[in-house]
Amino acid sequence: MTLATEPRVYRLGEFHRFESQDSEFLYLVPAGAIFAVDEAVAKLIATLSAGELEHQHLVDALTASGLSISDAEELISEMYHAGVIAASDSIREQTQPLPDVFPIQTLVMNLTNQCNLSCQYCYEFGADKVATPEGKPKFMDLPTAKASVDFLLAQSGDRRAIHITFFGGETLMNFPLLKEVVTYANEKAKEQGRNIDFSLTTNATLLTPAIIQFLSENHIGVTVSMDGPKEMHDQLRVFANGKGSYDIIEPKVRALIENHRTRPITARVTLTSGVSDVIRIFRHLKQDLGFHEVGFAPVTSSPNQLYSIGQKGMDGMLEQFHVLADEYLEYAVRGEAHGFSNVSDTLAELCQGVNKSHPCGAGLGLLGVGPSGDLAPCHRFVDSDQHALGHISTGIDREKQADFLQRGHIDSKYDCHTCWARPLCAGGCHHEAFVRYGDTGHPNLHYCDWIRDWTNKCLEIYGAIAVRNPGFLQQFAERKAAQ
Amino acid sequence: MKHMRALNKKAARIDNYVSSRTEDVIALQDHSAQRPHVPMGCALMFSPGWEVDAAGGTAGLCQPVERDIYDCFVSCYWPAQVPDHLNNATDWISKCATATKDWRNLDIIFP
Repeated sequence: MTLATEPRVYRLGEFHRFESQDSEFLYLVPAGAIFAVDEAVAKLIATLSAGELEHQHLVDALTASGLSISDAEELISEMYHAGVIAASDSIREQTQPLPDVFPIQTLVMNLTNQCNLSCQYCYEFGADKVATPEGKPKFMDLPTAKASVDFLLAQSGDRRAIHITFFGGETLMNFPLLKEVVTYANEKAKEQGRNIDFSLTTNATLLTPAIIQFLSENHIGVTVSMDGPKEMHDQLRVFANGKGSYDIIEPKVRALIENHRTRPITARVTLTSGVSDVIRIFRHLKQDLGFHEVGFAPVTSSPNQLYSIGQKGMDGMLEQFHVLADEYLEYAVRGEAHGFSNVSDTLAELCQGVNKSHPCGAGLGLLGVGPSGDLAPCHRFVDSDQHALGHISTGIDREKQADFLQRGHIDSKYDCHTCWARPLCAGGCHHEAFVRYGDTGHPNLHYCDWIRDWTNKCLEIYGAIAVRNPGFLQQFAERKAAQ
Repeated sequence: MKHMRALNKKAARIDNYVSSRTEDVIALQDHSAQRPHVPMGCALMFSPGWEVDAAGGTAGLCQPVERDIYDCFVSCYWPAQVPDHLNNATDWISKCATATKDWRNLDIIFP
Protein backbone atom coordinates (compact mmCIF):
# COMPACT_ATOMS: atom_id res chain seq x y z
CA MET A 1 0.00 0.00 0.00
CA THR A 2 1.30 3.43 -0.81
CA LEU A 3 0.32 6.47 1.15
CA ALA A 4 0.18 9.70 -0.74
CA THR A 5 1.53 12.49 1.44
CA GLU A 6 1.59 16.19 0.86
CA PRO A 7 5.12 17.52 0.51
CA ARG A 8 6.24 19.32 3.64
CA VAL A 9 6.21 23.10 3.66
CA TYR A 10 9.04 24.42 5.80
CA ARG A 11 9.32 27.57 7.86
CA LEU A 12 11.87 28.73 10.42
CA GLY A 13 11.56 27.21 13.88
CA GLU A 14 11.94 29.20 17.08
CA PHE A 15 15.55 30.06 17.79
CA HIS A 16 17.82 32.92 18.71
CA ARG A 17 20.89 33.39 16.57
CA PHE A 18 24.10 34.79 17.96
CA GLU A 19 27.72 35.18 16.98
CA SER A 20 30.86 34.95 19.02
CA GLN A 21 34.55 34.56 18.14
CA ASP A 22 33.63 34.64 14.44
CA SER A 23 31.51 31.55 14.90
CA GLU A 24 27.79 31.22 14.46
CA PHE A 25 25.48 29.75 17.11
CA LEU A 26 21.83 28.92 17.61
CA TYR A 27 19.89 28.93 20.85
CA LEU A 28 16.87 26.71 20.26
CA VAL A 29 14.21 28.34 22.36
CA PRO A 30 11.68 25.66 23.18
CA ALA A 31 14.47 23.33 24.30
CA GLY A 32 17.11 25.68 25.70
CA ALA A 33 19.70 23.93 23.50
CA ILE A 34 22.88 25.64 22.26
CA PHE A 35 24.53 24.60 19.00
CA ALA A 36 27.49 25.81 17.00
CA VAL A 37 26.38 25.76 13.36
CA ASP A 38 28.15 25.80 10.03
CA GLU A 39 27.65 27.86 6.88
CA ALA A 40 25.14 25.43 5.40
CA VAL A 41 22.78 26.09 8.30
CA ALA A 42 23.23 29.82 7.82
CA LYS A 43 22.30 29.36 4.16
CA LEU A 44 19.21 27.40 5.08
CA ILE A 45 18.11 30.06 7.55
CA ALA A 46 18.74 32.82 5.03
CA THR A 47 16.70 30.93 2.44
CA LEU A 48 13.72 30.43 4.74
CA SER A 49 13.90 33.95 6.17
CA ALA A 50 12.23 35.14 2.98
CA GLY A 51 9.20 32.94 3.67
CA GLU A 52 7.91 29.39 3.67
CA LEU A 53 9.09 26.92 1.05
CA GLU A 54 7.90 23.54 -0.14
CA HIS A 55 10.40 20.70 0.21
CA GLN A 56 11.49 20.56 -3.42
CA HIS A 57 11.80 24.33 -3.69
CA LEU A 58 13.95 24.39 -0.59
CA VAL A 59 16.20 21.67 -2.03
CA ASP A 60 16.44 23.65 -5.28
CA ALA A 61 17.34 26.85 -3.46
CA LEU A 62 20.05 25.07 -1.46
CA THR A 63 21.54 23.33 -4.48
CA ALA A 64 21.56 26.66 -6.30
CA SER A 65 23.72 28.01 -3.50
CA GLY A 66 26.27 25.25 -3.94
CA LEU A 67 25.13 22.20 -1.98
CA SER A 68 24.76 18.82 -3.65
CA ILE A 69 21.26 17.35 -3.68
CA SER A 70 22.11 14.68 -1.13
CA ASP A 71 23.76 17.26 1.16
CA ALA A 72 20.70 19.48 0.89
CA GLU A 73 18.35 16.61 1.72
CA GLU A 74 20.47 15.58 4.65
CA LEU A 75 20.67 19.15 5.95
CA ILE A 76 16.91 19.63 5.72
CA SER A 77 16.27 16.36 7.49
CA GLU A 78 18.66 17.18 10.33
CA MET A 79 17.36 20.69 10.81
CA TYR A 80 13.75 19.51 10.68
CA HIS A 81 14.26 16.87 13.34
CA ALA A 82 16.26 19.25 15.53
CA GLY A 83 13.51 21.88 15.31
CA VAL A 84 15.60 24.58 13.61
CA ILE A 85 13.03 24.49 10.83
CA ALA A 86 9.44 23.41 11.24
CA ALA A 87 6.63 22.13 9.07
CA SER A 88 2.93 21.68 9.63
CA ASP A 89 3.54 18.18 10.94
CA SER A 90 6.10 19.37 13.52
CA ILE A 91 5.10 18.23 16.96
CA ARG A 92 4.44 21.13 19.26
CA GLU A 93 5.90 20.54 22.68
CA GLN A 94 3.10 19.95 25.16
CA THR A 95 3.61 21.52 28.54
CA GLN A 96 3.84 19.00 31.29
CA PRO A 97 1.44 19.30 34.17
CA LEU A 98 3.12 19.99 37.50
CA PRO A 99 3.67 16.91 39.60
CA ASP A 100 1.14 16.58 42.43
CA VAL A 101 3.84 16.61 45.02
CA PHE A 102 7.13 18.32 44.39
CA PRO A 103 9.75 17.46 47.01
CA ILE A 104 11.20 20.48 48.77
CA GLN A 105 14.92 20.96 48.46
CA THR A 106 15.50 24.24 50.24
CA LEU A 107 13.89 25.80 53.27
CA VAL A 108 14.64 29.44 53.97
CA MET A 109 14.25 30.03 57.69
CA ASN A 110 13.66 33.63 58.70
CA LEU A 111 15.04 33.35 62.21
CA THR A 112 13.83 36.84 63.04
CA ASN A 113 12.00 39.65 61.31
CA GLN A 114 13.98 42.19 63.34
CA CYS A 115 16.94 44.08 61.94
CA ASN A 116 19.55 46.40 63.45
CA LEU A 117 19.87 48.34 60.20
CA SER A 118 17.30 50.57 58.54
CA CYS A 119 18.17 50.29 54.87
CA GLN A 120 15.68 52.47 53.09
CA TYR A 121 15.13 50.09 50.21
CA CYS A 122 14.45 47.04 52.36
CA TYR A 123 11.63 44.95 50.95
CA GLU A 124 10.74 43.82 54.44
CA PHE A 125 10.43 47.25 56.06
CA GLY A 126 10.56 49.81 53.26
CA ALA A 127 7.72 51.57 51.46
CA ASP A 128 6.96 48.60 49.22
CA LYS A 129 6.88 45.97 51.93
CA VAL A 130 4.47 43.05 51.62
CA ALA A 131 5.04 41.73 55.15
CA THR A 132 2.35 42.10 57.79
CA PRO A 133 4.29 41.21 60.94
CA GLU A 134 1.92 42.92 63.41
CA GLY A 135 1.04 40.67 66.31
CA LYS A 136 3.38 37.91 65.16
CA PRO A 137 6.50 36.69 66.98
CA LYS A 138 9.61 38.72 66.26
CA PHE A 139 11.99 35.85 66.86
CA MET A 140 11.58 32.23 65.92
CA ASP A 141 11.59 29.91 68.92
CA LEU A 142 13.24 26.51 69.20
CA PRO A 143 10.08 24.35 68.85
CA THR A 144 9.13 26.17 65.63
CA ALA A 145 12.67 25.83 64.32
CA LYS A 146 12.78 22.11 65.08
CA ALA A 147 9.37 21.63 63.52
CA SER A 148 10.70 23.41 60.43
CA VAL A 149 13.66 21.04 60.16
CA ASP A 150 11.35 18.04 60.61
CA PHE A 151 9.04 19.50 57.99
CA LEU A 152 11.90 19.89 55.51
CA LEU A 153 13.12 16.34 56.06
CA ALA A 154 9.61 14.95 55.72
CA GLN A 155 8.72 17.00 52.65
CA SER A 156 11.96 16.54 50.74
CA GLY A 157 11.07 13.10 49.42
CA ASP A 158 14.09 11.11 48.37
CA ARG A 159 16.38 14.04 47.67
CA ARG A 160 19.79 13.20 49.00
CA ALA A 161 21.03 16.76 49.41
CA ILE A 162 18.85 19.34 51.09
CA HIS A 163 19.56 22.89 52.11
CA ILE A 164 18.63 25.24 54.89
CA THR A 165 19.20 28.93 54.33
CA PHE A 166 19.05 31.22 57.35
CA PHE A 167 17.59 34.60 56.74
CA GLY A 168 16.09 37.58 58.51
CA GLY A 169 15.58 40.44 59.40
CA GLU A 170 19.18 40.27 60.43
CA THR A 171 19.90 36.57 60.70
CA LEU A 172 22.63 36.90 63.32
CA MET A 173 20.25 38.65 65.77
CA ASN A 174 19.05 35.13 66.46
CA PHE A 175 22.42 33.37 66.33
CA PRO A 176 21.74 31.20 69.43
CA LEU A 177 18.84 29.61 67.60
CA LEU A 178 20.90 29.20 64.41
CA LYS A 179 23.44 27.16 66.37
CA GLU A 180 20.78 24.91 67.80
CA VAL A 181 19.17 24.40 64.40
CA VAL A 182 22.49 23.36 62.85
CA THR A 183 23.11 20.80 65.59
CA TYR A 184 19.55 19.47 65.47
CA ALA A 185 19.35 19.32 61.67
CA ASN A 186 22.72 17.57 61.38
CA GLU A 187 21.62 14.95 63.90
CA LYS A 188 18.31 14.32 62.16
CA ALA A 189 19.84 14.21 58.69
CA LYS A 190 22.51 11.79 59.87
CA GLU A 191 19.85 9.48 61.29
CA GLN A 192 18.28 9.35 57.84
CA GLY A 193 21.59 9.04 56.01
CA ARG A 194 21.15 12.28 54.13
CA ASN A 195 23.22 15.37 53.50
CA ILE A 196 22.07 18.74 54.68
CA ASP A 197 23.97 21.95 54.10
CA PHE A 198 23.53 25.45 55.41
CA SER A 199 23.96 28.98 54.25
CA LEU A 200 23.00 32.37 55.56
CA THR A 201 22.64 35.95 54.50
CA THR A 202 23.77 38.68 56.85
CA ASN A 203 24.55 42.38 56.96
CA ALA A 204 27.79 41.45 58.77
CA THR A 205 27.33 43.99 61.59
CA LEU A 206 27.11 41.30 64.27
CA LEU A 207 29.92 39.00 63.14
CA THR A 208 32.37 38.05 65.90
CA PRO A 209 35.43 35.78 65.81
CA ALA A 210 33.42 33.10 67.64
CA ILE A 211 30.58 33.28 65.12
CA ILE A 212 33.01 33.17 62.21
CA GLN A 213 34.67 30.12 63.70
CA PHE A 214 31.31 28.40 64.11
CA LEU A 215 30.31 29.18 60.52
CA SER A 216 33.60 27.89 59.20
CA GLU A 217 33.59 24.74 61.29
CA ASN A 218 30.07 23.91 60.17
CA HIS A 219 30.65 24.66 56.49
CA ILE A 220 27.97 27.33 56.48
CA GLY A 221 27.97 29.38 53.28
CA VAL A 222 27.82 33.12 53.88
CA THR A 223 26.39 35.85 51.71
CA VAL A 224 27.00 39.40 52.89
CA SER A 225 24.61 42.12 51.76
CA MET A 226 26.97 44.90 50.89
CA ASP A 227 26.75 47.72 48.39
CA GLY A 228 30.36 48.62 47.68
CA PRO A 229 32.93 51.09 48.98
CA LYS A 230 32.03 53.34 51.91
CA GLU A 231 30.49 56.27 50.08
CA MET A 232 28.16 53.97 48.15
CA HIS A 233 27.45 51.42 50.85
CA ASP A 234 26.57 54.12 53.38
CA GLN A 235 23.99 55.81 51.17
CA LEU A 236 21.20 53.39 52.03
CA ARG A 237 22.63 50.71 54.30
CA VAL A 238 22.31 52.70 57.50
CA PHE A 239 21.47 52.30 61.18
CA ALA A 240 18.25 53.77 62.57
CA ASN A 241 20.13 57.00 63.41
CA GLY A 242 21.13 57.39 59.75
CA LYS A 243 24.77 56.48 60.32
CA GLY A 244 26.26 54.26 57.63
CA SER A 245 27.27 50.70 58.47
CA TYR A 246 30.43 50.43 56.33
CA ASP A 247 32.96 51.23 59.05
CA ILE A 248 31.42 48.68 61.37
CA ILE A 249 31.34 45.84 58.87
CA GLU A 250 34.56 46.38 56.92
CA PRO A 251 36.92 44.81 59.49
CA LYS A 252 34.36 42.08 60.22
CA VAL A 253 34.07 41.18 56.55
CA ARG A 254 37.86 41.02 56.24
CA ALA A 255 38.01 38.74 59.28
CA LEU A 256 35.23 36.57 57.82
CA ILE A 257 37.01 36.12 54.49
CA GLU A 258 40.32 35.54 56.23
CA ASN A 259 39.07 32.95 58.70
CA HIS A 260 36.11 31.20 57.06
CA ARG A 261 37.87 28.80 54.76
CA THR A 262 35.36 26.06 54.16
CA ARG A 263 32.91 27.71 51.77
CA PRO A 264 33.15 30.59 49.30
CA ILE A 265 32.08 33.93 50.71
CA THR A 266 29.74 35.91 48.49
CA ALA A 267 28.73 39.56 48.36
CA ARG A 268 25.27 40.51 47.19
CA VAL A 269 24.92 44.06 45.95
CA THR A 270 21.67 45.97 45.58
CA LEU A 271 21.90 48.57 42.83
CA THR A 272 19.93 51.78 43.25
CA SER A 273 19.80 55.18 41.57
CA GLY A 274 22.71 56.44 43.68
CA VAL A 275 24.67 53.22 43.79
CA SER A 276 25.22 52.10 40.23
CA ASP A 277 28.97 52.14 39.60
CA VAL A 278 29.08 48.38 39.07
CA ILE A 279 32.71 48.15 38.06
CA ARG A 280 34.00 50.16 40.98
CA ILE A 281 31.82 48.19 43.39
CA PHE A 282 33.06 44.92 41.91
CA ARG A 283 36.72 45.96 42.16
CA HIS A 284 36.29 46.99 45.76
CA LEU A 285 34.44 43.90 46.91
CA LYS A 286 36.45 41.39 44.88
CA GLN A 287 39.92 42.86 44.93
CA ASP A 288 40.09 45.11 48.01
CA LEU A 289 38.01 42.98 50.36
CA GLY A 290 38.56 39.57 48.75
CA PHE A 291 35.04 38.16 48.32
CA HIS A 292 35.09 35.00 46.20
CA GLU A 293 31.95 35.91 44.29
CA VAL A 294 30.05 39.15 43.83
CA GLY A 295 26.50 39.26 42.52
CA PHE A 296 24.40 42.28 41.60
CA ALA A 297 20.68 42.92 41.37
CA PRO A 298 18.74 46.12 40.85
CA VAL A 299 16.58 47.08 43.80
CA THR A 300 13.01 45.81 43.84
CA SER A 301 10.71 48.77 44.11
CA SER A 302 7.60 50.38 42.77
CA PRO A 303 8.62 52.75 39.94
CA ASN A 304 8.40 56.03 41.83
CA GLN A 305 10.74 55.46 44.73
CA LEU A 306 13.65 57.90 44.80
CA TYR A 307 16.12 55.04 44.97
CA SER A 308 14.56 53.00 42.16
CA ILE A 309 17.00 52.58 39.35
CA GLY A 310 15.03 53.73 36.31
CA GLN A 311 15.57 53.02 32.64
CA LYS A 312 18.73 55.10 32.34
CA GLY A 313 20.24 53.43 35.36
CA MET A 314 19.40 50.00 33.98
CA ASP A 315 21.15 50.85 30.69
CA GLY A 316 24.24 52.07 32.49
CA MET A 317 24.25 48.98 34.63
CA LEU A 318 24.03 46.77 31.56
CA GLU A 319 26.97 48.51 29.92
CA GLN A 320 29.09 47.82 32.97
CA PHE A 321 27.86 44.23 33.18
CA HIS A 322 29.18 43.82 29.63
CA VAL A 323 32.62 45.06 30.64
CA LEU A 324 32.79 42.62 33.54
CA ALA A 325 31.42 39.81 31.37
CA ASP A 326 34.20 40.34 28.82
CA GLU A 327 36.67 40.26 31.66
CA TYR A 328 35.05 37.04 32.89
CA LEU A 329 35.64 35.52 29.45
CA GLU A 330 39.34 36.34 29.54
CA TYR A 331 39.61 34.68 32.95
CA ALA A 332 37.65 31.65 31.73
CA VAL A 333 39.92 31.22 28.73
CA ARG A 334 42.84 31.03 31.15
CA GLY A 335 40.83 28.64 33.30
CA GLU A 336 40.61 31.09 36.20
CA ALA A 337 37.66 32.07 38.37
CA HIS A 338 36.62 35.68 37.91
CA GLY A 339 33.96 36.03 40.59
CA PHE A 340 31.20 37.91 38.76
CA SER A 341 28.40 35.60 39.76
CA ASN A 342 25.80 37.13 37.46
CA VAL A 343 27.74 35.49 34.62
CA SER A 344 28.54 32.19 36.30
CA ASP A 345 24.94 31.69 37.48
CA THR A 346 23.66 32.22 33.95
CA LEU A 347 26.33 30.01 32.39
CA ALA A 348 25.33 27.23 34.78
CA GLU A 349 21.74 27.45 33.57
CA LEU A 350 22.80 27.62 29.94
CA CYS A 351 24.99 24.57 30.38
CA GLN A 352 22.04 22.56 31.65
CA GLY A 353 19.81 24.01 28.96
CA VAL A 354 17.11 24.88 31.47
CA ASN A 355 13.64 25.60 30.18
CA LYS A 356 11.72 26.88 33.16
CA SER A 357 8.04 26.59 33.85
CA HIS A 358 8.55 29.04 36.71
CA PRO A 359 11.14 31.78 37.19
CA CYS A 360 12.54 30.17 40.34
CA GLY A 361 11.89 27.42 42.83
CA ALA A 362 9.66 29.55 45.09
CA GLY A 363 6.61 27.59 46.20
CA LEU A 364 7.93 24.57 44.36
CA GLY A 365 11.27 23.19 45.62
CA LEU A 366 11.84 26.12 47.95
CA LEU A 367 9.73 27.55 50.74
CA GLY A 368 10.23 30.27 53.30
CA VAL A 369 9.21 29.93 56.94
CA GLY A 370 8.72 32.93 59.20
CA PRO A 371 9.31 33.31 62.95
CA SER A 372 5.66 32.43 63.53
CA GLY A 373 5.95 29.20 61.54
CA ASP A 374 3.95 30.58 58.63
CA LEU A 375 5.02 29.14 55.29
CA ALA A 376 5.61 31.43 52.33
CA PRO A 377 6.67 30.93 48.70
CA CYS A 378 10.10 32.34 49.58
CA HIS A 379 11.85 34.56 52.14
CA ARG A 380 10.59 37.68 50.39
CA PHE A 381 6.98 36.79 51.16
CA VAL A 382 7.55 35.65 54.74
CA ASP A 383 5.18 37.23 57.28
CA SER A 384 2.76 38.34 54.57
CA ASP A 385 -0.76 37.13 55.37
CA GLN A 386 -1.81 37.52 51.77
CA HIS A 387 0.88 35.17 50.47
CA ALA A 388 1.05 32.58 53.25
CA LEU A 389 1.03 29.01 51.96
CA GLY A 390 0.10 27.29 55.20
CA HIS A 391 1.81 26.78 58.53
CA ILE A 392 4.64 24.57 59.66
CA SER A 393 2.27 22.75 62.06
CA THR A 394 -0.42 22.05 59.47
CA GLY A 395 1.72 21.72 56.36
CA ILE A 396 1.44 23.26 52.93
CA ASP A 397 -1.92 24.71 51.95
CA ARG A 398 -2.15 22.87 48.63
CA GLU A 399 -4.92 25.06 47.29
CA LYS A 400 -2.98 28.28 47.83
CA GLN A 401 0.18 26.70 46.54
CA ALA A 402 -1.60 25.57 43.37
CA ASP A 403 -2.96 29.08 42.87
CA PHE A 404 0.47 30.63 43.33
CA LEU A 405 2.11 28.17 40.95
CA GLN A 406 -0.60 28.45 38.34
CA ARG A 407 -0.26 32.26 38.31
CA GLY A 408 3.49 32.09 38.06
CA HIS A 409 3.55 29.43 35.31
CA ILE A 410 5.01 30.54 31.99
CA ASP A 411 1.85 29.32 30.24
CA SER A 412 -0.14 31.99 32.09
CA LYS A 413 2.22 34.77 30.95
CA TYR A 414 1.08 35.53 27.43
CA ASP A 415 3.57 38.35 26.95
CA CYS A 416 6.37 35.85 27.34
CA HIS A 417 5.22 33.39 24.71
CA THR A 418 7.01 35.10 21.84
CA CYS A 419 10.17 35.94 23.77
CA TRP A 420 13.30 33.91 23.06
CA ALA A 421 14.69 34.53 26.56
CA ARG A 422 11.76 32.85 28.33
CA PRO A 423 13.52 29.51 29.02
CA LEU A 424 15.75 31.29 31.55
CA CYS A 425 13.59 34.20 32.66
CA ALA A 426 10.09 32.72 32.76
CA GLY A 427 8.70 36.15 33.51
CA GLY A 428 11.03 37.07 36.37
CA CYS A 429 10.76 37.34 40.14
CA HIS A 430 7.29 36.70 41.66
CA HIS A 431 7.97 39.24 44.39
CA GLU A 432 9.15 41.94 42.01
CA ALA A 433 6.02 41.32 39.94
CA PHE A 434 3.81 41.75 42.97
CA VAL A 435 5.52 44.99 44.00
CA ARG A 436 5.30 46.39 40.46
CA TYR A 437 1.99 45.06 39.24
CA GLY A 438 0.15 43.75 42.29
CA ASP A 439 0.16 40.20 40.95
CA THR A 440 2.85 37.57 41.52
CA GLY A 441 1.99 36.06 38.13
CA HIS A 442 2.48 39.22 36.10
CA PRO A 443 5.51 39.14 33.79
CA ASN A 444 8.09 41.75 34.75
CA LEU A 445 7.71 43.72 31.55
CA HIS A 446 9.80 46.63 32.82
CA TYR A 447 13.02 44.68 32.37
CA CYS A 448 12.37 42.53 29.27
CA ASP A 449 14.85 44.35 27.02
CA TRP A 450 17.39 44.23 29.75
CA ILE A 451 16.99 40.48 30.28
CA ARG A 452 17.21 39.77 26.57
CA ASP A 453 20.35 41.82 26.19
CA TRP A 454 21.97 40.20 29.19
CA THR A 455 20.96 36.68 28.15
CA ASN A 456 22.39 37.34 24.70
CA LYS A 457 25.64 38.53 26.27
CA CYS A 458 25.87 35.41 28.40
CA LEU A 459 25.17 33.25 25.34
CA GLU A 460 28.04 34.98 23.55
CA ILE A 461 30.30 34.32 26.52
CA TYR A 462 29.15 30.69 26.59
CA GLY A 463 29.82 30.28 22.88
CA ALA A 464 33.22 31.92 23.18
CA ILE A 465 34.24 29.66 26.07
CA ALA A 466 32.98 26.63 24.15
CA VAL A 467 35.31 27.61 21.30
CA ARG A 468 38.35 28.70 23.28
CA ASN A 469 38.35 26.62 26.47
CA PRO A 470 35.48 24.12 26.48
CA GLY A 471 36.84 22.33 29.55
CA PHE A 472 35.93 25.37 31.65
CA LEU A 473 32.24 24.64 31.15
CA GLN A 474 32.64 21.22 32.76
CA GLN A 475 32.24 22.75 36.24
CA PHE A 476 28.68 23.72 35.34
CA ALA A 477 27.71 20.28 34.10
CA GLU A 478 26.82 18.91 37.52
CA ARG A 479 23.16 19.50 37.98
CA LYS A 480 22.15 20.90 41.34
CA ALA A 481 18.58 19.69 41.22
CA ALA A 482 19.60 16.16 40.36
CA GLN A 483 21.37 15.63 43.66
CA MET B 1 24.91 15.75 13.32
CA LYS B 2 26.86 17.02 10.40
CA HIS B 3 26.03 20.72 10.50
CA MET B 4 25.54 21.51 14.18
CA ARG B 5 27.73 20.83 17.21
CA ALA B 6 25.96 20.38 20.53
CA LEU B 7 27.31 22.71 23.24
CA ASN B 8 25.07 22.01 26.21
CA LYS B 9 23.14 19.14 27.74
CA LYS B 10 19.87 19.84 25.99
CA ALA B 11 21.66 20.12 22.67
CA ALA B 12 23.29 16.75 23.29
CA ARG B 13 19.86 15.20 23.81
CA ILE B 14 18.59 16.73 20.58
CA ASP B 15 21.70 15.45 18.84
CA ASN B 16 20.88 11.92 20.01
CA TYR B 17 17.30 12.28 18.94
CA VAL B 18 18.21 13.55 15.47
CA SER B 19 20.69 10.71 14.99
CA SER B 20 17.99 8.23 15.85
CA ARG B 21 15.69 9.77 13.26
CA THR B 22 18.09 10.39 10.42
CA GLU B 23 20.52 7.48 10.60
CA ASP B 24 19.69 3.95 9.66
CA VAL B 25 20.62 0.53 10.98
CA ILE B 26 23.47 -0.78 8.87
CA ALA B 27 25.48 -3.97 8.69
CA LEU B 28 29.01 -4.31 9.98
CA GLN B 29 30.23 -5.22 6.52
CA ASP B 30 28.56 -2.26 4.87
CA HIS B 31 31.39 0.09 3.97
CA SER B 32 29.15 3.01 3.17
CA ALA B 33 29.86 6.52 4.44
CA GLN B 34 27.71 5.91 7.48
CA ARG B 35 29.55 3.75 9.96
CA PRO B 36 27.88 1.63 12.59
CA HIS B 37 27.79 3.11 16.11
CA VAL B 38 28.48 -0.22 17.82
CA PRO B 39 30.07 -2.67 18.03
CA MET B 40 33.71 -2.78 17.12
CA GLY B 41 33.56 -6.52 17.58
CA CYS B 42 35.97 -9.21 16.58
CA ALA B 43 37.52 -7.41 13.67
CA LEU B 44 39.96 -5.84 16.10
CA MET B 45 40.42 -8.51 18.72
CA PHE B 46 40.09 -12.17 19.27
CA SER B 47 36.64 -12.65 20.54
CA PRO B 48 34.97 -15.99 20.07
CA GLY B 49 31.57 -15.71 18.60
CA TRP B 50 31.44 -13.37 15.65
CA GLU B 51 30.21 -14.73 12.40
CA VAL B 52 32.80 -13.10 10.19
CA ASP B 53 36.31 -11.80 10.58
CA ALA B 54 37.83 -8.53 9.49
CA ALA B 55 38.04 -9.69 5.90
CA GLY B 56 34.41 -10.65 5.80
CA GLY B 57 35.16 -14.38 5.87
CA THR B 58 35.05 -17.07 8.53
CA ALA B 59 38.71 -18.11 8.33
CA GLY B 60 39.63 -16.65 11.69
CA LEU B 61 36.74 -18.23 13.47
CA CYS B 62 36.91 -21.81 14.55
CA GLN B 63 34.67 -22.13 17.53
CA PRO B 64 31.79 -24.44 17.74
CA VAL B 65 28.44 -22.79 17.79
CA GLU B 66 28.17 -22.99 21.58
CA ARG B 67 30.99 -20.49 21.90
CA ASP B 68 29.02 -18.02 19.93
CA ILE B 69 27.47 -16.71 23.04
CA TYR B 70 30.72 -15.78 24.78
CA ASP B 71 30.97 -12.25 23.50
CA CYS B 72 27.32 -11.58 24.13
CA PHE B 73 27.96 -12.60 27.70
CA VAL B 74 31.09 -10.54 28.25
CA SER B 75 30.70 -7.27 26.50
CA CYS B 76 27.95 -7.08 23.96
CA TYR B 77 24.53 -5.55 23.97
CA TRP B 78 23.19 -8.19 21.60
CA PRO B 79 20.02 -9.69 23.04
CA ALA B 80 21.10 -13.31 22.77
CA GLN B 81 20.36 -16.17 25.06
CA VAL B 82 23.42 -16.01 27.29
CA PRO B 83 24.27 -17.63 30.56
CA ASP B 84 22.67 -15.74 33.40
CA HIS B 85 25.78 -14.20 34.92
CA LEU B 86 23.86 -12.43 37.68
CA ASN B 87 22.30 -15.46 39.35
CA ASN B 88 22.90 -18.92 38.00
CA ALA B 89 26.16 -18.82 36.11
CA THR B 90 28.24 -16.19 37.84
CA ASP B 91 31.43 -18.20 37.34
CA TRP B 92 30.89 -19.15 33.71
CA ILE B 93 33.97 -17.32 32.54
CA SER B 94 36.05 -17.88 35.63
CA LYS B 95 38.24 -20.40 33.79
CA CYS B 96 38.62 -18.19 30.76
CA ALA B 97 41.11 -15.54 31.79
CA THR B 98 42.32 -14.87 28.27
CA ALA B 99 39.87 -15.53 25.50
CA THR B 100 42.55 -16.29 22.89
CA LYS B 101 44.03 -19.07 25.03
CA ASP B 102 41.27 -20.26 27.26
CA TRP B 103 38.18 -20.23 25.12
CA ARG B 104 38.02 -24.00 25.22
CA ASN B 105 37.20 -23.77 28.91
CA LEU B 106 33.91 -22.11 28.20
CA ASP B 107 31.49 -24.88 28.83
CA ILE B 108 27.97 -25.45 27.82
CA ILE B 109 25.46 -24.82 30.55
CA PHE B 110 22.61 -27.17 31.10
CA PRO B 111 19.60 -25.93 32.98
